[in-house]
Amino acid sequence: MWAYIVRRLALASLAVAGVLVIVFFLSHIIPGDPVAAILGPQAPNDVIEDLRRRYGLDRPVPEQFYRFVARLVRGDLGDSLATHRPVIRDLREFLPATIELATAAILIGVLAGLSVGVISAVARGRPLDHAVRFLSLIGLSMPVFWLGLILLFIFYFKLNLVPGPGQLDIFLSRPPTVTGLITVDALLARDFATLWNALGHLLLPAVVLGSHALVGIARITRASMLEVLGQDYVKVARAKGLSERTVVLKHALRNGLLPIITVIGIYYGGLLEGAVLTETVFAWPGLGRYATSAILSQDFAAIMGVTILIALVFSLANLLVDLAYGFLNPKIRYE
Amino acid sequence: MNQAVAAPTTVAAQRAQRRRLISRALANPLSLAGLLIIGLLLLVALIAPWLSPYDPIQTNVPRRLEAPSGEHLFGTDQLGRDILSRILYGSRISLRIAVLTAVIATLLGAPLGLISGYFRGRVDDLLMRLTDMFMAFPRLILAMAIAAALSPTLENVIIAISLAAWPAYARLARSVTLGLREENFVEAARALGASPLRILGRHVAPGVISPVVIQVSLDMGGIILTAAGLGFIGFGAQPPTPEWGVMISEGRTYITDQWWVSTFPGIAISLFVMGFNLLGDGIRDILDPRLRSVRG
Repeated sequence: MWAYIVRRLALASLAVAGVLVIVFFLSHIIPGDPVAAILGPQAPNDVIEDLRRRYGLDRPVPEQFYRFVARLVRGDLGDSLATHRPVIRDLREFLPATIELATAAILIGVLAGLSVGVISAVARGRPLDHAVRFLSLIGLSMPVFWLGLILLFIFYFKLNLVPGPGQLDIFLSRPPTVTGLITVDALLARDFATLWNALGHLLLPAVVLGSHALVGIARITRASMLEVLGQDYVKVARAKGLSERTVVLKHALRNGLLPIITVIGIYYGGLLEGAVLTETVFAWPGLGRYATSAILSQDFAAIMGVTILIALVFSLANLLVDLAYGFLNPKIRYE
Repeated sequence: MNQAVAAPTTVAAQRAQRRRLISRALANPLSLAGLLIIGLLLLVALIAPWLSPYDPIQTNVPRRLEAPSGEHLFGTDQLGRDILSRILYGSRISLRIAVLTAVIATLLGAPLGLISGYFRGRVDDLLMRLTDMFMAFPRLILAMAIAAALSPTLENVIIAISLAAWPAYARLARSVTLGLREENFVEAARALGASPLRILGRHVAPGVISPVVIQVSLDMGGIILTAAGLGFIGFGAQPPTPEWGVMISEGRTYITDQWWVSTFPGIAISLFVMGFNLLGDGIRDILDPRLRSVRG
C-alpha cells in the first residue's frame, strides 16, 4: 500500500515537472512583449529595458528556465508582472475563493446527484424517471457559462431572488481573515448578516459549477442502483419484509456506491475547468480568473505559479480517488 | 473515461461487428435521435448561405439590438447583424472544429498507442509518462495555454484542443493493442515473418480503430463545449467570426435588456452537443446492456 502511494507520488511529481517544462517553453514562445503591453505604448525605451532586466526577461529562454527552477527549489515563485507582488501571495489570496466555490459545487453535485439518481432508479420507467433523464440530458449539453448567464438573468435581474455577481454585496466588508473562506470567517466572527449574504452570493455560481457533476453523478447513480437492485441479496432483503426504504438506502445504495465514487473524482477535476468559466461569468475573484488574466497578459511568473498549483491539486485528487476506491472495495489491492 | 470495447479477433468478425453496431445504432431511439440532430446540423451547415436571410458579418448599426421580430427572427446584435444568420453560419465553424479535432486527436493518439502497446518496454514507458503529463492538467486550461501561445485563431483552437485530447485516445489504443498482440492471428503473422509495420497495419490497427472512433464520438460533446468555452473567454475564434461561444460572450453586456443576443447561440450549442450526447448514450446502451434505459 505505502509502496503504491510512494510510486504514485513519484509519477505525479514527474508529470507535474513535465507540465512545468511544457508550459514554461509554451508561454515563452508567445509572440509579443508582456512588458511593453503592461507599460503601454507611451513608455520610454529605457524604462521598458529596465523592467525587462529586472524580471530577467532579457536573458535567453534556457537561462530563464534555469533561474526559474533554481528559485522554485527555494520555494520562490517570483513576482507577478501584472500585480507586482510575489505570486505566492497572489495565489494565497485567490485560492480560497475557488476552494469555497468548488466545495459548495461538489456538495450540491453529490447530494442532489445521489438523491436524483436513487429516485430515478426506484421510479424506473415511470414518467418521473423519464423526466429526470430528459432534464439530465439537457443539463449535460448546456455550456456552463451560458447556464450561468441565463440563471443570472432570471434569478437576479428579473426575479431578484439572489444577489448579483461577486462574493459579497459592495457595502459589506469582509470578515476578519482567518481561513480566507468568507463563509467560514463570517461564521467564526459570528457575523450572521455577512454569512447570509455570502451564502446567497455563493448559491448561483455553485449550482452552475456543480451542474455537470450533479447530472453525471445522477446518471451513474441510477445505472449503478439499477444493477444492484436486481441482485439476489436485495431480493432476500425484500423477502425478509424489510421496508423499501431500508432496502434501497442500506442494502442497495451502499453497494452501488463504488462506481459513483470514481465518477465524483473525475468531476472534481472537471470543477477546476468549470471554475475558469464560472468565475468569469460571476466575477468571482478566484484562481480561474487569475489564470485567465495571467495567460492573457503573458504574466510568466503567474502562469507558472497557477500551473504548479492546478497540476498539484489535480494529481492529488486523482490519487485520493484511487485510494478511496481501494479502501471501499477490499477486492482491489494495489501492489 | 476509457471504455474498453471487446475487440473481435478476426477481420471478418470485426467487419460483422461494425455492421451490427451501425444497424443497432439506427434501431436505438436514442442514437437515432442524436443522428437526426447531427444530420440536420450538417445539412444546415452545408446550405447556410441559402438559408440565411442576411449576411453574417455585414454590420447595420442603425438597426442594432432589435428584439426578435418577423424581420429578424432571433433579433439583431450590438452591431445590427442578424443573429439567426450568424447562428446558421456558426454551425459551419462548430462542425469544422468538432470534425478536425476528432480527426487530429485520433491520428495523433491511435498510432502512438499502437506503437506503445505493441513494442512495450522503453517506448511504452516514455509514451505513457508523456500522457501522464498531459493528463495531469485539466483539458480546458491546457488548451487555453496552448491557444494563447499560438495566438488565438480558429485553426489554433483546433490544434490546442487536439493536443489536449489525444492522450486519452493513445491510452485506449494502447490497452486494446495489449490484448490484440497476444491473439493467435497476430502470433501467426509474426511466425510467418511479417514485419512489425505490416502486423500493426494489417492485423492490429483494424481492431483498434472502432473502439477509438467510438470513444471519440462519445467525447464529441465535450470537445464542442471546450471550444465554445475557449471562444467565450477570448482564447478562441475572434470577432467578427460568428462562433457561438464568441457570440454569447459579446451578448453578455446586454443580458439584462437584450436577452436574445446571448440566449439563441447558447441554445444552438446545447442542441448540437445534445445530438452527440444522445448518439453517445445510444452507443453506450448498445455496448453495455447493463446500462440499458428501460427494458434492461
